[in-house]
Formats: sequence, C-alpha cells, structure tokens
Amino acid sequence: MSTLAGTAPLVRLALRRDRILLPTWVAGFALMVTFSAQATMELYPTQISRAQAVAALNDAPALVAFYGRIYGASLGALSLIKMGGIGAALLAVLAFMLVIRHSRAEEEAGRLELVGATVVGRHASLTAAVSVGVGASVAIGGLSALGLIAVGLPARGAVAFGLAWAATGCAFTAVGAFSAQLTAGRRAAVGIAASALGLAYMLRAIGDTTGYDAAGWLSWLSPIGWSQQVRPFAHERWPVLLLLVTFSIVVAVGAYVLSDRRDLGAGLLADRPGPATAGESLSSPMGLAWRLHRGTLLAWAAAFLLVGGTVGGITSDVGGIIDSPQARDFITKLGGTKVLTDAYLALELGMLGSVASVFGMQAAMRMRSEETAWRADLALSTATGRTRWLGSHVVTAVLGTVGLLALGGLASGVAYAAQLGDASAIGEVLLGAAVQIPATCVMVGVVVAAFGLVPRLTTATWGLLVAFMLLGEFGPLFELPQWLMDLSPFGHVPRIPGNELEVVSLLGLALVAVGLIGAGLTAFRRRDLG
Amino acid sequence: MNPAISIAGLEKSFGRTRALDGLDLVVSQGQVHGYLGPNGAGKTTTIRILLGLIRADGGTARLLGGDPWVDRVELHRRLAYVPGEVNLWPTLTGGEVIDLLGRLRGGENASRRADLLERFELDPAKKVRTYSKGNRQKIALVAALASDVELLLLDEPTIGLDPLMAEVFRECIEDERRSGRTVLLSSHTLAEVEALCDHVTIIRNGRVMETGALSDLRHLTRTSISAELVTVPAGLAGLPGVHDLVVEDTTVRCSVDTAEMEGLVRHLASAGVRSLISQPPTLEELFLRLYADEIPGEGDGSSSRP
Repeated sequence: MSTLAGTAPLVRLALRRDRILLPTWVAGFALMVTFSAQATMELYPTQISRAQAVAALNDAPALVAFYGRIYGASLGALSLIKMGGIGAALLAVLAFMLVIRHSRAEEEAGRLELVGATVVGRHASLTAAVSVGVGASVAIGGLSALGLIAVGLPARGAVAFGLAWAATGCAFTAVGAFSAQLTAGRRAAVGIAASALGLAYMLRAIGDTTGYDAAGWLSWLSPIGWSQQVRPFAHERWPVLLLLVTFSIVVAVGAYVLSDRRDLGAGLLADRPGPATAGESLSSPMGLAWRLHRGTLLAWAAAFLLVGGTVGGITSDVGGIIDSPQARDFITKLGGTKVLTDAYLALELGMLGSVASVFGMQAAMRMRSEETAWRADLALSTATGRTRWLGSHVVTAVLGTVGLLALGGLASGVAYAAQLGDASAIGEVLLGAAVQIPATCVMVGVVVAAFGLVPRLTTATWGLLVAFMLLGEFGPLFELPQWLMDLSPFGHVPRIPGNELEVVSLLGLALVAVGLIGAGLTAFRRRDLG
Repeated sequence: MNPAISIAGLEKSFGRTRALDGLDLVVSQGQVHGYLGPNGAGKTTTIRILLGLIRADGGTARLLGGDPWVDRVELHRRLAYVPGEVNLWPTLTGGEVIDLLGRLRGGENASRRADLLERFELDPAKKVRTYSKGNRQKIALVAALASDVELLLLDEPTIGLDPLMAEVFRECIEDERRSGRTVLLSSHTLAEVEALCDHVTIIRNGRVMETGALSDLRHLTRTSISAELVTVPAGLAGLPGVHDLVVEDTTVRCSVDTAEMEGLVRHLASAGVRSLISQPPTLEELFLRLYADEIPGEGDGSSSRP
C-alpha cells in the first residue's frame, strides 16, 4: 500500500469540515488586501504626497519595526505596507493552524486512529493537512493578486505580492506540519509554531531597523523578511521567492522524516512521568484552572516581556526624526494622535491590549472545550458548584490578561525610561497598558456570555475580536462612521500616554464586562451541560 | 428508610429526540442496582439528570433525600461518578487526577487509594495523555472508589477494561456491597450485572421494561433443557410452558417457562433419561426476548460510544 493512499478522501473530509471557515478566511484576506490598496490610493493621490509618506515611515524605526520598510515610492508599495508584514504574519497563523487542526488535533482526539485503520497510507493525514494549508495559501495569494489588479495596480507587482503571500503561507504550512510532529498535544504544537512565527517577525523587525537603505542581515534569516524582500511594486526581486519555496520544502521534508520516527499519538518530545500524588495547590477548582492555563500563560508572559521591551526600546527614536506635516498626517491616520512618541506608544500598547485579549478569550474558551470533552461533567459531578467552576476559569482568564499587560507595560516602560534616563516614564507607560484591561475584560465577557447563552457559538466570538481589531486598524483609513467604530471596546480605550485618562469610558467598559460575565454565568447555571 | 434514588415519570427530550419517556426507578439504600439497556436507551441521560448536569423536562427525581438539580453541590459530597466516556486532563498525571477528584468531592481515603492502585495495577506517575482508554477508566474508578461516599453512580464502567481488570472491578463492587454502599451500575454487559447486582432495571427507549430483584426476574425467563432420552415421549409439544421444541432421534431440546419446569421434568423422566442438561436463565435471554422486536436496525443514539 502506498504511504499516500487515501489522501484525497482526507482532503475532502478537511474541506467538508471547514466548508464555512476556509472560504471566509480566503475571501477575508483577499478583500482586506484589495480594500486596503483602494483606500490608500484615495488617501495619497499624488506622487509627492506618497514620497513624503514613504520617507516619513521609513524614517521612523518604530514603524519600520512594526510594519516593515517601504521600498520605492510606488502606490502599490505604500498601499501594502500593513499587508506585507502584519498581513503575512496573519496568513502564517492561518496556515499553521490549518495544518495542526487537520493533523495533530485529529490525532490527539483519537479520530486519526479510526481513519488510520481504514485504507489510508502512513503519510496520508499529514499530506492532506499540508495540501489544505498550501491550497488555502495559494488561493489567498491568487485572489489577492487579482484584487490588486482589479483596483488598478500594475499586474507585475500584484503577481509578485500574490506569490510572496502564497509562498509565505506555504512556508508556515510547513512550519505547522513540523511542529505538529514534535509534541503530543495540539496546544503545544500551536505554541511552537507561533513561537517560530514570533521569532521570524522579531528577526525581521530588528533587521529592518538596523539596515538603512537595505534590510540588515537578520531580516534575511526570516521567512517574513524574505516575503517582504520580494519587494512587490518596487523592482520585484523574483529569485527571493525561491528562498521561501526552498525553506518550505526543506521544513516539510523534515516533518515527514520526523513523522516516520514516531508512533501514532506520540510526539517526538516524550511525555515525562510526573508526580504520583497531587500537590497542595491542586485541591480546588481554582487550582485546577491555574494548572490548566499555567503553561500557556508562561509562554505568553515570555512573549509579552520580549515584545514589550523591544517596543519600549525603540520608542525614543520616533519623535525626533519625523517633522513633515504629511508624516504626522500619515501617523495620525494609522491610529495615533498628538505627540508622536506618545502616539506610537499608545498605538503599541493598544496592540498589546488586543493581543492580550487573545489570551483572555482562549482561556475563557477553555470552558467550552472542557464541556465538549465531558471533563466538565466530571468536575461538576463533585462538590464543585457551577459558579465556582466558571469563576475559576474566568478569574484565571482575567488575572492572566492583567498580568500580561502589566508585564508588557512594565517591560516597555523600563526600556523606554532607560533610553530617556527618566524613571518617571515607567508609570506613564504602565498606565497606558493598564487602561487596556477593561476592554480586554469585555472580550472575555463576550466569550463567557456566548458560553452561557449560546454555547455552540463560543468559538465564533473570535470573529468579533477580528472585526473589532480590523475596525481599529482600518476604520480611520476607510473613514468609517463613528457609531460603527464605537462598537469596538478597543475604540473606547483612552490613548495613553498623550491623552486624558477617561475614567468614565473605562468604568463603562468595566460595567459592560461585568454585565456580560454575569449574563453568561446566570445562563450557564440554568442550562444543560453537554 | 428513604430510597437512595427515586425517580417517577421522568421525561427528557433533546430537540425532537425523546430520551426519557416517563421513566420510573427506585434504588434502595445498600442495593447494588443494575441499570440495563441498549445503546441510546437513556441510561446516561438518567445518570446526568441525577447528577444535576442536565435538567429533566418533567417528572420527579430524588437523590439521597434531595433534589438533584437544586441541591447538586451538597449531594455531590455524598456520591461519586464514573462517566462512560472517561476524558481526563491530558497534562495531569493519573495520581494527580485521583487526588484532585477526591479532594473536590470532599476527601479521599489514602489507604484505599493505595490499595486500589495496586489492585488495578496502575502507575499513578504517568501523564493522562499516555494512558490507554482502559487505564483512564481505571483512574476514574479508583478516584470514585477511594472516596468516602454513600452512593456510586457508574456509567458502563467496565467497557474498556480487559477481563482480568473487569474481575478486579467485580471484587471491588463486592466489597462495596459488604460495606453497605449503594451502587447504580449502568451496563450492557449482562454477565456483569448478573454477577454483581441484586436488583435490576431494564429500560428501552426511555421507558422501564422490567424492574425488580434478580431472583424475581428469573421467573420471567425460560430454562433451556437438553435431554437425551431412551425413547421420546408423546405429547411433549402439548405441555404447558414448553417452547422451541426440537427433537432429533432421542435428543430433545426445548426451553421451558421456569414455573412449568416440574411438569416437563416429570414427563421426561417417565420416558427414561440418559442425560439431562438444564441451563439456568440468563439475563442474556431475557434481554434478547425484551428487545427481540427491534434487534434489526437498532443503532440510534449514542454514536459517540464505541
């Protein structure tokens, strides 16, 4: 029997499972690129205005670190500034999540055993998952290129951009396949892949800010960096695509080699024995919740420390360099206000807040996976009330988010203050991080409310977070009506430093959060489990 | 003395599926009560209502003198539950899960824990993720049996156990009976229920088909007779209570209502018996008779079960 036998039915199974999710994401990415280009074209109609904006952006190391360097001053290059870096990273997330979902997650759930017992080759499952990832990446790249051509950008650059995106998606499809072989758990595999992406983004950020006209050598160690070095709309450098393709193939082959060396269900990193009796801390629902979230939270904490420190460390470069009104205008449109360093810090802390709510939401969603895996049945068949059980997870989610923001804020503040030589800056930055807390709690509340009222839709709340983040990122660019942007809790967070502390809106957010959590709890106490 | 469990007219629907349709069940204290039914009959639904995990649509349920929905937290201090689908926290070790569940129930018996781990041959230092299905089930069983509780609710607890471990489980339940604990044991392993239970309730489509002491239920069943005779007597088929008569040369096979046993044996004896094999009624037969009309095409309901 061929090791690939049965791949096609498995691909069809994966497409059937994701028949709504996958088209939504593919269309979402393509539309985001298209509209983003369209909106930028309207903002910068003349060559001069574009040249000024590009110069301003490239002169601000913080923005270069965050988005990447713009090459040339063409309409296409400017309009895809966010898509080349952040967009490619989002695409990478989609790619490795897809692969892990259809390989390791299936294996962990034991469904692969069922499939493996049928006429299916040893490599079929991994190949099917990789095919889905590659297929999605190519579809997104292709549609994006078409979209860019449709809004009137040169076909050559549009194709280069589409290819760069598709190749980036393939690279992280391979990374996902590789990390899926390393551990027995889906969560850990996602963690490894996300760390690889984080590292790649970080290398690119440092590399881009250290080089002047060209990117520093560190950018050349990062698949995200390669994706940007294809330089769509700026004398495209096609051979760089080969780097991405080679990387994809090498990593994918590595994944297959690893998969041959392990048993079904096992990871390459073996499970070590643990304590034969439970420690004192594992005596209560709270103890269990902490234990379940601990590993994830520690990984997040490390990331927040790193990102916070980096963000704070490059802050003091921002202010001095930018002085043209167009540059200020551009930065204002990117979401900040007032003094530029403040605007930059507020922008970064806002991003930190959105990202921290990702942790809070996934921690709260743990309740739903506990329920569907019947582990909630077991816990709630003990003398654990539903309020305590839900409370233990929500408290972990909220405190974890608060801790992450405190850590990220502190790291930013200390790094920034060290550059300024002024310790008082720490407090300001920390406050800027703290004001994010109520909005992140609203997002936790959204999950809890869904879990109590419409449990089936618990994971669908990710869509709301994406929508709110897009509103914040693109709302000002698209000049969307205020009421629409007001829907996002992040829109009500005062931009600190640089603005007044708006206690009323923070209290309002906190009240909404409490209301949502209360509604979720009340409904959960009354509903059937399972 | 109040019964440990008393259920009357219990109803529960999931969407258009009627899981429980006027179910009655009484389990006295100290009983080891077998709860039998095919897949999807409503056994798990009943237990989840008793645990306050889901709420009944109609009827009444009392558990240890309390309301299973309203008083669930208090009641749970006095019972332990082993689910049919044992999913545990993959990153915890087996020993941690046992201790955690014991503590959440309000205390475990350390010496019994050690004894049970040994009897079930479990290594408590392994991560749950690395246990087989049977070993996960053993973890849940040890956690339940090591708790100082009055009532055990066991939902198909031996489904993943090998025969040796199923035997250990039986010994454990015997111990529980002797120490006076009440056990509700849902199963479709009839031999197990026969071996362990003094009372049995058989349900189907959310209704009770039969309930009572095992000895009473045996009267509902038929004894299989296989006899080698000197000559075959006339009029065998006409005897009251004789069914499925097959005569081959001088060998007679039939089944007979237990109450009519005496008449048949006299009749056979009068013809001269060379050998006689009488098989006592098994629940298997009772089960087959009760469900005979639905065996083809059965298979709705709990598709998640292996």
